[in-house]
Amino acid sequence: MKGLWRGLLTLAGLLSLWQVVVILGRLPPYLLPGPWAVATSLWRHTGLLLAHASVTALEIVLGMLLGVLLGSASALALGYSRRARRWLLPVLIASQAIPVFAIAPLLVLWLGYGLGSKIAMATLIIYFPVTANFYDGLRHTPRGWLDLARVMLPTPRPWAVLRHIAIPAALPALASGLRVAAAIAPIGAVLGEWVGSSAGLGYLMLHANSRMQIDLMFAALLVLATLAVGLYFTVDAGLRRLLPWQPRHPETVEPD
Amino acid sequence: MQCAAPAPSSLPILPLTVTLRAARLVYGGLTLFDGLDLELTSGCFTCLLGPSGIGKSSLLRLLAGLTTRGISGELRGGDGLPLTGRVAYMAQEDLLLPWLNVLDNVTLGSRLRGERPDRERALQLLAQVDLADYALARPETLSGGMRQRVALARTLMENRPVVLMDEPFSGLDALTRLRLQALAAELLADRTVLLVTHDPLEALRLGDQVWVMNGRPATLFPLAELPGAPLRDPGEPAVQTAYRAILHLLGAG
Repeated sequence: MKGLWRGLLTLAGLLSLWQVVVILGRLPPYLLPGPWAVATSLWRHTGLLLAHASVTALEIVLGMLLGVLLGSASALALGYSRRARRWLLPVLIASQAIPVFAIAPLLVLWLGYGLGSKIAMATLIIYFPVTANFYDGLRHTPRGWLDLARVMLPTPRPWAVLRHIAIPAALPALASGLRVAAAIAPIGAVLGEWVGSSAGLGYLMLHANSRMQIDLMFAALLVLATLAVGLYFTVDAGLRRLLPWQPRHPETVEPD
Repeated sequence: MQCAAPAPSSLPILPLTVTLRAARLVYGGLTLFDGLDLELTSGCFTCLLGPSGIGKSSLLRLLAGLTTRGISGELRGGDGLPLTGRVAYMAQEDLLLPWLNVLDNVTLGSRLRGERPDRERALQLLAQVDLADYALARPETLSGGMRQRVALARTLMENRPVVLMDEPFSGLDALTRLRLQALAAELLADRTVLLVTHDPLEALRLGDQVWVMNGRPATLFPLAELPGAPLRDPGEPAVQTAYRAILHLLGAG
């Protein structure tokens, strides 16, 4: 409850600051519209904003699913097979030297203006953090658990150990990968929309910008931010529910 | 050596003698032990004492088949067959998996081997360690002593003739430790047990046989036959004498 009040207070403070800057700076609305103008635009264009937001949301969700699937599969391959480590790991690390931003036009060229190129962007941008985090978790299974399994098994069963011990033990690491993914997946989708699209919040922002509808652009930005924050908290809450044994963030002791 | 008559247990266990010959451990260019021989008499509770860093945990790991680089030795059961699959292992940490409840932790072995877990027997064992009401609890909700009791139940669930324990009680408070020692002595009475510990009184309380490991490279000194059956009272004069002998062997007396 206290946190909610603090949040509302911070929001009110930021909005007032915004309004003050607009008034004192005598900024014309085509440079920086006031909060009221943006709110009005938000209200007037609700249908339009929602239609474009649903396109972006779909891109983000599909990109997340695909990226998490591919990333987890790669991490498992790396964790399980030495050959995969030897061949795949250098490629994976080298691939990170190419900024995703640089290949966005290529993706649009290959996959077209529709959903495909945006999903590919979101997938690419989250693939590495998911793979790296999950693989790191798979590599650091506590030795005691592995020892226990080794004594319990008369003949080695690497798959059983992976399934019953190594993968569950790595889930908290995968979870931090998913949190990063949730935070950056919207970047991928919007980036894809900027490079070339006919729908989505990124497209709407560019479109509004070129028509000097800066209030609409801000409204779209606001919707996008809400979408991104909502996605992050949904993922975070879901992960906490699924992994109740995961250590909570260490509580800091503050003197009152 | 003849150990105390086995206590009746839920399932009969064939006793097994374990022999280790020419054990050798080289770590960082240092020979911790070389040409070490050890025999665990079937059905006996053997305690291995020694200062930290002497290599007693490594010796236990060798017996458990957890060999790492630099350690070697010839290990077999009294029937001449290898020990693989006939050993249960209990460490200082309880090693409970936090994502499984107590019951699933106890039946972990069968799940790893792809067998159907015998829940009935697991529940029975949980009752024996006085945790019948906690079968569905998560490990993090239990105290240290309770967690180590779950680990004991998991060890018993494996139903192996040889049980190797690496300081399983050292992380517990004094009272809990005493209770758990008594429980372990009772439930492991018919097994061949090796307990590695740094606490002379624990060894004297529980051991049918006590070995002291010391020196570099380390050798094993047997302690003269101890009076009476395990769960000895540390106040007894004979135990006090043995205690002094151990301190002497450890180089402190």
